Amino acid sequence: MSDNHGHDQGGAHVVPLQVYFGVFIALLVGTGLTTWVAYIDLGPFNTPIALVIAFIKMTLVILFFMHVKYQPGLTRIAIICAFFWLGIMMTLTLSDELTRGWEMNPQPWNVLVPHVTHLARFLF
Amino acid sequence: MSTATLDLPQAPSESRVNYLNASYGIRSWLLTKDHKRIGLLYLGTITIMFIFGGLAAFFMRLHLIEPQGALVEPETYNKLFTIHGVIMVFFFLVPSIPATLGNFCIPLMIGARDVAFPKINLLSWYIFITGCALALVAIFSGGVDTGWTFYTPYSSTYSHTAVVWMASGIFIAGFSSILTGVNFVVTIHKMRAPGLTWFRLPLFIWAMYATSIIFILGTPVIAITLFLLGLETLLHVGIFDPAIGGDPLLFQHMFWFYSHPAVYIMILPGMGVISELITAFSRKKIFGYAFVAFSSMAIAVISFIVWGHHMFVTGQSVYAGLVFSVLSFLVAIPSAVKVFNWTATLYKGSISYEAPMLYALGFIGLFTIGGLTGLFLASLATDVHLNGTYFVVAHFHYVMVGGAVMAYLGGIHYWWPKITGRMYPDVWARIAAAIVFLGFNLTFFPQFVMGYLGMPRRYAVYPAEFQVLNVLSSAGASILAIGYAIPLIYLFWSMRYGPPAPQNPWGAKGLEWECAPSPPPTENFEVMPVVTEDAYNYQPTTGGSH
Amino acid sequence: MSHDAAAHAHPPGFAHQFETIQQQREAGSLGMWVFLMTEILFFGGMFTAYTVYRQLHFASFEAGSHELIVLFGAINTAVLICSSLTMAMAIRSAQTGASKNTTITWLVVTMILGAAFVAIKLRFEWLRDWNEGLVPGLRWIPGPEHTPGMEQFFCFYFFMTGLHAIHMVVGLGILAVLVWMTARGRFSSQYYAPLEISGLYWHFVDIVWIFLFPLLYLIGGRYSH
Repeated sequence: MSDNHGHDQGGAHVVPLQVYFGVFIALLVGTGLTTWVAYIDLGPFNTPIALVIAFIKMTLVILFFMHVKYQPGLTRIAIICAFFWLGIMMTLTLSDELTRGWEMNPQPWNVLVPHVTHLARFLF
Repeated sequence: MSTATLDLPQAPSESRVNYLNASYGIRSWLLTKDHKRIGLLYLGTITIMFIFGGLAAFFMRLHLIEPQGALVEPETYNKLFTIHGVIMVFFFLVPSIPATLGNFCIPLMIGARDVAFPKINLLSWYIFITGCALALVAIFSGGVDTGWTFYTPYSSTYSHTAVVWMASGIFIAGFSSILTGVNFVVTIHKMRAPGLTWFRLPLFIWAMYATSIIFILGTPVIAITLFLLGLETLLHVGIFDPAIGGDPLLFQHMFWFYSHPAVYIMILPGMGVISELITAFSRKKIFGYAFVAFSSMAIAVISFIVWGHHMFVTGQSVYAGLVFSVLSFLVAIPSAVKVFNWTATLYKGSISYEAPMLYALGFIGLFTIGGLTGLFLASLATDVHLNGTYFVVAHFHYVMVGGAVMAYLGGIHYWWPKITGRMYPDVWARIAAAIVFLGFNLTFFPQFVMGYLGMPRRYAVYPAEFQVLNVLSSAGASILAIGYAIPLIYLFWSMRYGPPAPQNPWGAKGLEWECAPSPPPTENFEVMPVVTEDAYNYQPTTGGSH
Repeated sequence: MSHDAAAHAHPPGFAHQFETIQQQREAGSLGMWVFLMTEILFFGGMFTAYTVYRQLHFASFEAGSHELIVLFGAINTAVLICSSLTMAMAIRSAQTGASKNTTITWLVVTMILGAAFVAIKLRFEWLRDWNEGLVPGLRWIPGPEHTPGMEQFFCFYFFMTGLHAIHMVVGLGILAVLVWMTARGRFSSQYYAPLEISGLYWHFVDIVWIFLFPLLYLIGGRYSH
């Protein structure tokens, strides 16, 4: 049982026990914090705070329990890509769902003519 | 190539041990871990599915020679076009090149003994045929009439056809795609031969890598979409049904988030094949290797941000429509880059017109037409007129059939000697290629015209003024069918009676041609190759001697 | 034909398509990560649909969320966090060459915690929801507060936690297989890849729950409005 950043016989990194327990405590604290904050009126900030804490917890699990901190960069790229693509799906879907109610205010094409003429006179 | 051309005087394949005769019996095939045998298992399966999908199309075109319908009731017609679409998309085109040519060729082309996870490779085939079986159950228990797009709430609440069976089949086949994608990504990252850097890879590998990324990022979303559709259908709860608070457009968003990149799953491998064919049969290095490689990746990435162009007229907000329209124009650019590069490769090349090259040349022309017509559809104003008409049908058949299927046939012919150790009769192959080209254009060009003139798609009856065009299209379809039947016959024939093929019948560059016999042994190479030169390092035939 | 003389002493579990055990381990790990990417998109599709409806029907979602019992959600979150720790300890035990009984103990504790999670869900949450008529499609008793939007919230509640629970059960199955493999002496400090790869899966399932807890149980906060 090594307490330093040793390596096993296959060359892979062995995470020290303190790191594991530290992450464990942090995760439990985060859970407690999320629950506690939910009972406090922070207006529109309740949800973002809960999500930020969840995001931090996820990062700790990924970096330490899943050993990504000690892995080559390709793993990190893969994870970031997956979340980025999820972000694309959410963003573009919401770009439709949230703008359906927007009013359309189409103008005829020649609404720009006075502006262009003015600009041309100004320039030339 | 330091392990240069291992053109050992090749013993006839019957007497040399290769992957085909290394072991006999059905168990040795059904329990194989050899990527080459698994590729053949897939080849057999998708050929069968192609026949089912083709039969559906055959009945559709037969029905449409009369304006009032010549063959079936409208309800049955709805089932025919649904079955045709579902089978051709999910059970033929998506797996076609990746699972057959990809499985067979990738380890050979990168100098590996097998893929990274051979047992998972076999599992993916079993999962695939399970999906096929469920789809066939759906077909024979009454069919599905929702269109391959399964739009809600018709599919969930009003259809009363075998939607859940079909959705289950597609869901399960999707896992086969995911496992294939995982296998290919890991294989390409981790198992390249010494000296085979990323920028020395054949462009087919780049295309397969980009395709695998789409498999990985897109397929899970169609899986969850169909899962939710199934739950809505079975439990009558309002996820996508507006009557109970759902949003039908949410279904469309989630469906097309996969299904648009899916069309690039279908075309990217084809483009990879074309890069191989054009270089081999012009005996010339590809023009702009890096551009073609990066364009494959660009297509994979941009394909994920354009899906809303399928929803311009179904209720999507205009503002989202504007965004998707601009992005859809963007996705045409990397495809155009490839077409320019292939054409520039042909220029001053030493071109020969064997069957694979005929398919490749046909691809370039037909894919260009298909791709350009996509731009008409990407433009919001013209899409209002053209959406839901035969113009769309013609557009996607030009890219999928004139593009992907021709590339698939070209690839099958090109690698056939490597796969089977036999040559097919070249005269018949060229005749078939010509018949396919003619039949295809006669089938689908009239559809551009009828679509532009306003004939709607998915209709079992149509106004009499469109009959001439429909009859032309149906005539073309019968010619196309003959064009597809001929290779089926001579390729089968050649497996037994074709002349034995040399190791490198085309004189092509590539590890699969230069370092592996035809057909290869189970372990692919007698000596594992080491790569010392770039891809397509053809020596020029004009000018100095090398 | 391996060029690497050192790898010729192939450890158990070495697969012939690879050149070295190092390559095999990297490939296995990359393969599981790529698979987890697909799982992120799989759950992510459900999260997207959830996000859309939460935006469109916030009040109903909030009302639905307030029907859930925060205590059980929080306890279950803690249970899964403990199980992630014990899973990491199991892998570490194999990594450092500890006795196989140590590894098995950690694995079994992980399984117990996972089973406890499912048991708490079934007994204290889903059973209660069934009794109160809050299961859409199967037993939904519309009442004055049970609006269609709330029914939709509960659809997503059951679909998302149900899908998560299915993944948990699969994970329990995988752990059982790992216990058997460890007992048979398959692992050593040189070869423990199946443990590591399964650990990645287990931690992923934990991460999904880390997000499900605030998104389902704490919508709009739990202070009295």
